[in-house]
Amino acid sequence: MLILSSLLLFILTTHSEALTPAAARDEFQEELVIRPLHSGDIYASFQFRTLWDTDFLQEGQKVSHYRLFPKSLGQVLSKFSVRELHISFTQGFWRTMQWGQPFIPSPPGAELWVWFHDTVSDVDGNWKELTNVLSGIFCASLNFIDLTNTVQPSASFKPLGLGNATDHRFLRYATLPREIVCTENLTPWKKLLPCGSKAGLAVLMKSEKLFHSSFHSQAVHIRPICQDEQCSSKAWELRQTLNVVFDLHTSGQGKKEWSLFKMFSRTLTEACPLASSSKVYVDITDNPELFELSPATPLLGQAVVLGDRRTYSVYDLSRAETFGQLRSFNLLLRDMLRPLLHAERYVAGFGLQTGEIHTVIYNNHPYRAFPVLLMDSVPWYLQLYIHTLTVTSKSRDNKPSYIHYQPAKDRHRPHLLEMLIQLPPHSMTEVTVQFERALLKWTEYTPDPNHGFYVGSSVVSALVPSMVAMRTNFTQDQPLFSSFVPVKEESSYFVRVYTEPLLVNLPTPDFSMPYNVICLTCTVVAVGYGSFYNLLTRTFQVDEPSPPLSKRLANLIRRMRGVPLLT
Amino acid sequence: MGLLSDPNRRKALTGLLTRLNTPICGMPVEWLVKAMQSRGLEVFTQSFSRKLPFPDENKERYMVRGTNVYGILRAPRAPRTEALVITAPCSPGNTNNQAVALLLALAQYFRNQIYWAKDIIFLVNEHDLIGTQAWLEGYHHTNITGMEYSPLQGRAGSIQAALSLELSSDVITSLDLVLEGLNGQLPNLDLANLFYAFCQKLGVLCTIQGKLQRNDWDTAEGYTHAAQTMMLMVLKQACGRSWGDHGLFLRYHIEAASVRGINSFRHYKTDATTIGRLLEGMVRKLNNLLERLHQSYFFYLLPSLSRFVSIGYYMPAFGLLAVILLLRALDLWVHLGAPALAAVDGVTEPSSPGVLTVLTPVVISHLTGVALYLLPVHLQEMAVEHFPVSETEAVVLTAIAIYTAGLALPHNTQRLLSGEGTEQGWKVLKLTALLYLAVLLGCTALINFSLGFILAVTLVPITASITPHMPKALYAVVMVLLSPAFTILYCVFIYQELIEAPVSVSEGWMLFLSVISQGILDHALYGSLVYPLLALFIYPCWLMFWNILFWN
Repeated sequence: MLILSSLLLFILTTHSEALTPAAARDEFQEELVIRPLHSGDIYASFQFRTLWDTDFLQEGQKVSHYRLFPKSLGQVLSKFSVRELHISFTQGFWRTMQWGQPFIPSPPGAELWVWFHDTVSDVDGNWKELTNVLSGIFCASLNFIDLTNTVQPSASFKPLGLGNATDHRFLRYATLPREIVCTENLTPWKKLLPCGSKAGLAVLMKSEKLFHSSFHSQAVHIRPICQDEQCSSKAWELRQTLNVVFDLHTSGQGKKEWSLFKMFSRTLTEACPLASSSKVYVDITDNPELFELSPATPLLGQAVVLGDRRTYSVYDLSRAETFGQLRSFNLLLRDMLRPLLHAERYVAGFGLQTGEIHTVIYNNHPYRAFPVLLMDSVPWYLQLYIHTLTVTSKSRDNKPSYIHYQPAKDRHRPHLLEMLIQLPPHSMTEVTVQFERALLKWTEYTPDPNHGFYVGSSVVSALVPSMVAMRTNFTQDQPLFSSFVPVKEESSYFVRVYTEPLLVNLPTPDFSMPYNVICLTCTVVAVGYGSFYNLLTRTFQVDEPSPPLSKRLANLIRRMRGVPLLT
Repeated sequence: MGLLSDPNRRKALTGLLTRLNTPICGMPVEWLVKAMQSRGLEVFTQSFSRKLPFPDENKERYMVRGTNVYGILRAPRAPRTEALVITAPCSPGNTNNQAVALLLALAQYFRNQIYWAKDIIFLVNEHDLIGTQAWLEGYHHTNITGMEYSPLQGRAGSIQAALSLELSSDVITSLDLVLEGLNGQLPNLDLANLFYAFCQKLGVLCTIQGKLQRNDWDTAEGYTHAAQTMMLMVLKQACGRSWGDHGLFLRYHIEAASVRGINSFRHYKTDATTIGRLLEGMVRKLNNLLERLHQSYFFYLLPSLSRFVSIGYYMPAFGLLAVILLLRALDLWVHLGAPALAAVDGVTEPSSPGVLTVLTPVVISHLTGVALYLLPVHLQEMAVEHFPVSETEAVVLTAIAIYTAGLALPHNTQRLLSGEGTEQGWKVLKLTALLYLAVLLGCTALINFSLGFILAVTLVPITASITPHMPKALYAVVMVLLSPAFTILYCVFIYQELIEAPVSVSEGWMLFLSVISQGILDHALYGSLVYPLLALFIYPCWLMFWNILFWN
């Protein structure tokens, strides 16, 4: 029996080995970009890419052999017929004005958007199940996503991968601005990596350091992409990204110098053995002579990213001679370059009845106007007065060329507002809409109603005119951070900017007072009424003491004799 | 808590600020921006300008132009939804320079800490309340007082609490907590409790209304002391002005208080380090709050910092006063219903008075009120042309003139009316006036208890008892002495007595005039409601009773 099973195992393994080269052509790349920011902070961005030439969505053929691609995600993809999945967990707000654009933007809290395959009939059902499954995978409260905070944007979220789906019935978008991201979300995310956190760049991810930072964001993006330049066949791409901004001011005691060990309290010792490429980039565009990198690297790379040509020192971890530590990095503060597109949002007014949401979008380009798509998803308990919607640029009315508005239904669906707005050059555009705060039912308040209610970030998506020519051709040797969003034309690049979430106070009753009253009255009623009721309804009977034993014996004898009993 | 452990750094800071503040008129904006930037804050400025309706002689300002500087400390990994504000008014001269120095020192210390969960805004505002008002209006994008300001560039979500610092010397003997805000609004009592707890912990003497707490509650002196402290609070709350920068925050549902350093001749001194530690403790406590301050008292009176009188105790006192008016009105109502029975006996009573007899005095007295509200400010130019007075004096004296002219109304009203006033006429008028006053006082007391209570104490007894059949001269004098204007005058004297700075009659009169001008200014600048309430409602209501006294 034992021999047989081992034989079977042998057969199985040989069989699968025979299949592997044909079915699972997969590769894994890892990359770390370090960019000193103008504010003096350090931005570290990890990207891990797994590519796999397989098709989860093929009918009848079940994918069961996984090598680099995480099985948990693969099964989810095939079960729910997911075409594209983007999920991000962010703690903190990306300060665009201080830090410039991030490589991959994300709003505070959790964000999930999914394109389903167009064969799916019950999209809402699939969406609900998918969020629950993902909530288990990532240890996050994604199960709080339901129809009241899900929207179907018509224009803002197009598929980033292959395929030209335009029917937004198969798209679902939801954010949880309140989601708190911590180590419990990081651990399952790390486990999706082929090397885990045992080798390669992921060694640096020590959670106590990653969460001792100004900004932390981790994301998973899954999409189908072209396998090669001819796009003859499809491959699945899984990108795991992690972005951290370290605050040198608090940790560095005023010194502008950093090392990998200082930031992550680990050093790199080897590349992940499964990775086909493993690189560390250090952005040295801003005055390379002003700081000193040790060890120095002979490799310099250039990449055009977010409309800007940057120079990087490249450290290839797969080559043995690079090992050493990056250290001692002195940098002078320079004047800040203003990001070309920037947006912020706030609630205006006072009192608990009405208010006004102001979204301010800045176009800092000196001479080019460009259109942006603004998407706002507002919970139903802020009742928007859409007739008060105004868009003004340079104190003139700026009529949006496209408006998609889906009104909310109380307790069922949020407001969705999408607009295409043309931003004049070097201008500030203000979008305002008034709202009334709804009075909730008393069970609908959160346990901490006086904290306020969150409204998720609004999303500004735009093709921003680029200062330098973007590369449109698809090449493999491009660094990962510059190749996430496909570039369609040379003159512009795609940017998504998230505004801050809003915290809005709703009219809140004093919960403790009725609670106290209820407790007190219940006690009084229970004690008072109970004892009164008891007294009034009970029938009292005189309890006869049981006759002594001698009397009972005497009665027994009397009964036998037929004589009247003793009482 | 190692705040400002380096005395040299602190000395250098305060020295620099003192130097910069004294000779230069106005605020060193650029220096402040640089100082805040070098401490790692995101710094923004806001310029504002405001033309006062008439010159403010107390603070010597008319055309106000200034700049607010604020720096935002961004909390790590926080999504910019919540913020705390620490503000220090920066005025020319030596009055408040230590507060700005302490603010900067706090900013420097806070920036290096990692425990912040809410963004902290450090605001240095020019022209005290006007600057605060401009900043708050800019932050919330409202414009309720016609201020001109440049829009704010940086924000940090909804503000949860604010503290205002006022320090004029680097060592102090005690810290005074100021709570009374605009329109008599008060912050949550927990803010006062927080301050008291930290003062106890750090051994800092703390006062309220500038009065130290006494421990002998049972003795007569102790009781009087507490009563005096509470009286001061009632007077300050009743006047409806903001007694510190914090007062304007309350409108926006931001719990706020001012902490004022007092340096007297007492031997025991507290240095800036201890104040810094105290503020650090308070800000950290506020930072740790998960919800806004709630579930505590918003309506209270403080006889001392550690004791309070809750609304449940003081409201019945007012209720008993107000019920007199209602009972009187009920009595009149019954009397007015009675003549129907008398008619059966054959005595011909005139039919119930026309609407006109009652409506005319009501309308005329309200028109007088409107005149009192509008004319002083609008007629100042004309008054200045014709009389040798300044604008401020012109406004105040016009107000007093209109007030006095209103007293002549009954005679004019009678002339307007065709017939003589009937017995029933004044009863109907009094019934209307009583109910009107009851509603007015009730609403006022709900919003600003102290104001409602003071008005009720002075107005209720005389108005409940007034009839045309009383000795006219005597009662006219009594009524005038209990009219709203005289109430203000008494309050001025009592207040001066309570803060242990008694004044002579002529000084008191000057103070009275400045109180009126300040009231009008507070209304125009910050939207205080006491002046319109008195001019548009209380005074006309009093005039109606005046009318009854002179009913023919």
